[in-house]
Amino acid sequence: MNLFTEAKSIIKLNIRDYGMYIALIVIMLTFTIMTDGLFISSRNISNLLDSAGYIAVLAVGMTLVIVIRHIDLSVGFVAGFLGAVAAIFMTQLGFSIWITIPVILLFGIIIGCFNGFLIAQLGIPAFVATLASMLIFRGALLNITEDTGTIIINNDQFNAIGNGFIPSLMVVNGLHLLSLLVGVAAILLYIYSEISTRKNKMTYGFDVMSSGIFLIKLLLVSLVIAYITWILAGYNGFSWTMIIMLMVVVIYHFLTTKTVLGRNIYAVGSNPEAAHLSGINVKKITYIVFGSMGMLAALSGLLFTARLQSATTTAGTLFELDAIAAAYVGGVSSAGGVGRVTGAIIGAVVMACLSSGMNLLGTGISYQYMIRGGVLAAAVIFDVMTRRQRA
Amino acid sequence: MSKYILEMNNITKEFPGVKALSDVNFKVEKGEIHCLIGENGAGKSTLMKVLSGVYPYGTYKGDIVFEGKVQQFNEINDSVRAGIGIIYQELALFPDLTVYENIFAGNEIKKGPFVDWNETVVQATRMLKKVKLNVTPETLIKDLGVGKQQLVEIAKALSKDVKLLILDEPTAALNENDSENLLDLLKELKSQGISCIMISHKLKEVISIADKATVLRDGKTICTLDARKGEITESIIIKNMVGREIEDIYPKRPDKKIGETVLKLTDWSAYDTQLGREVAKNINLEVKKGEIVGIAGLMGSGRTELALSIFGNPKNYKLNGELEVHGEKKNFKHTSDAIKAGIAYVTEDRKGDGLFLIQDIKINVSAAHMKGISKKGILNLNEEVKVGTDYKKSLNIKASSLEQVVGKLSGGNQQKVSLGKWLFTGPRILILDEPTRGIDVGAKFEIYTIMNELIKEGLSIIMISSELGEIMGMSDRIYVMAEGAVRGELAIEETTQETIMELATQ
Repeated sequence: MNLFTEAKSIIKLNIRDYGMYIALIVIMLTFTIMTDGLFISSRNISNLLDSAGYIAVLAVGMTLVIVIRHIDLSVGFVAGFLGAVAAIFMTQLGFSIWITIPVILLFGIIIGCFNGFLIAQLGIPAFVATLASMLIFRGALLNITEDTGTIIINNDQFNAIGNGFIPSLMVVNGLHLLSLLVGVAAILLYIYSEISTRKNKMTYGFDVMSSGIFLIKLLLVSLVIAYITWILAGYNGFSWTMIIMLMVVVIYHFLTTKTVLGRNIYAVGSNPEAAHLSGINVKKITYIVFGSMGMLAALSGLLFTARLQSATTTAGTLFELDAIAAAYVGGVSSAGGVGRVTGAIIGAVVMACLSSGMNLLGTGISYQYMIRGGVLAAAVIFDVMTRRQRA
Repeated sequence: MSKYILEMNNITKEFPGVKALSDVNFKVEKGEIHCLIGENGAGKSTLMKVLSGVYPYGTYKGDIVFEGKVQQFNEINDSVRAGIGIIYQELALFPDLTVYENIFAGNEIKKGPFVDWNETVVQATRMLKKVKLNVTPETLIKDLGVGKQQLVEIAKALSKDVKLLILDEPTAALNENDSENLLDLLKELKSQGISCIMISHKLKEVISIADKATVLRDGKTICTLDARKGEITESIIIKNMVGREIEDIYPKRPDKKIGETVLKLTDWSAYDTQLGREVAKNINLEVKKGEIVGIAGLMGSGRTELALSIFGNPKNYKLNGELEVHGEKKNFKHTSDAIKAGIAYVTEDRKGDGLFLIQDIKINVSAAHMKGISKKGILNLNEEVKVGTDYKKSLNIKASSLEQVVGKLSGGNQQKVSLGKWLFTGPRILILDEPTRGIDVGAKFEIYTIMNELIKEGLSIIMISSELGEIMGMSDRIYVMAEGAVRGELAIEETTQETIMELATQ
């Protein structure tokens, strides 16, 4: 097989997975051209990724919830509520962030497990159960912020999570050294893991991509990482939000693709009855997925609160729908069993790109909503069409 | 006018790869009760679906003549309009609506654009009287027993001015009393000139009620028996139902090495709280090492329910009695406990609850035994590919690659994937529920061969099957079930198809 036909067949087989990457590149190129390069500037990309952070972490959790054929409408106000609780902890109770953050994440898990209890144990449809939680936590948020109104946070350490950047160590030619090093480390890690996977496969005697294609793939992905690093290093480097986002993706990607737990989640989503008969504890998986959703909602609340440097009475409004939209743009399927964590992040970035690009172009907010709706519809249509091809 | 209300001439219906009906002739006279009999899969339900328009005109070959006219039913409503009413085994009532709403559902009595509820209640009362059902029209369906619900279904059909009533195993879920009531009602309707086709497995019923009986086998009409000529007797019906030579598709059994008891049920009962009835009654059963135990019986006789009650009880039946596995008393809390104890259950409905259709072959094979491809919860994906490749080879699964989505495989290959998934768990006791349903002869033979290899390795197999040939060709011992109870235990040497059928239709 020559290089070209092999590449073609790989793309054809994986069009579903590559579709959103292609969409993302097209959207970015379009905005770059339309804004004369302003869109792709270091500062804009940095802001864009930061603004995507709190939705992206929600989208990761939401993807798993949708994979097991449920939905979670409560995450927006859970995020808002826990963000406010965090603010109260730090401003009124004087807790340090080292206590606040773990406790808030734990609260998130507890709330998520409560949703899981309603859904798995009592058999209440997820839509209704989490709608109830949404109302409860909306009320709870108003209740704890009623007296104070917006709570301003003066804790610099905490606010850095949403606004700060990793230290630069040294600036070389206007580029932040530590960020560059992080980028280089990422590339090396990527190349190492790809090569070891390939070697491992070869010791088992399995087919692998031809070395030509393999090199091209390594090169392409490394270039993309290098380019992003270079752009970011030219502004303030990697922000803490980006690092947190990256960590969430890496951990969840590993969990979903390389562990028994991940496999069980997809099994439950593919066919709950068959999963049960295969000895998989469907209830337990439901608890875990909702628990993780709750934890990520808490994380999202922390990111958002830190970004605003304050907790407001309306924090979290419509987060859940943005997260659901991002998950669907990222290729999750409501029929269950299909959807990737990496897709969710790309989905969130696509949505952030749309907002950012249209803001730069001065598009009216009314049109922005319509266009984002159109993109969501297009993503789902693409998903349905490619699935029909496969099945 | 001909004396027949219905003539189905030379009906042939094909599904991809299977001829479900071939050249079937079926005639019903005006005002008679005509029973349609045959083994599971003989084509009875398909024939009725052709008649009622579920399979529209043009998807089958042959003529339907109803009341002297050739009919072309494109959908169910067409046949309803012509005067054919069909009542399925699974009742199609709305449990949370009242009796009168159900009787006129889809056929509402209207005054202008609005439903005339008063007239509806009046008419419903009249219909209820007709079927001798003594409840108020305002009763909710869910508050009625199955027998009474059945009568509501009939009332619903009558309200549409039905001339030919089709009942698909109407007494399957009824007790003696309700069954008798129903049969009396059918006789009564007959005297009013309503013809009736009844599909039934209970031969006693057929004998007591049928004017004629048509036997189908393997999609062909075998014969039509006439009660007036004294042809409707148990022995004649059974002979015609089974009268096929057992084809020589069963591989020779290896020398038996039957060992100690590995599974034992003592006074085992399972109560389904959702259905509100006992699905397994007082069952005593034993399985020994190295043997194939066949569980025969008709559909709905409780075989699958029995298997599930043993296999970790996923349906949450209320269980009573004792289950012993390898001499140890067991009380499985979850299917995973049963798997740990060395039991595997290959389900009857591989698409519904057996396989993950959107996932590929290797993921399906490893799904029930993830421990086998992981260490401390971390998967070894290469090991998974290796395991998948091994089973693909040893079970001869025909697919372009391990990454092929299981939903796209043929029935036989799906069944092999399902089997592979359970063999990978390393079971000692394998329960196979209808292991060869809907797969072709070649794949059947392969599965039988695998079964023989497994018992040679010292596994024990419980095989649930509705196919008499398979039961007799493969089993060492046979239990026959009917209505949730074991009606008899037969050694293979003393078994004939007739004895099984007799026990199963008691």
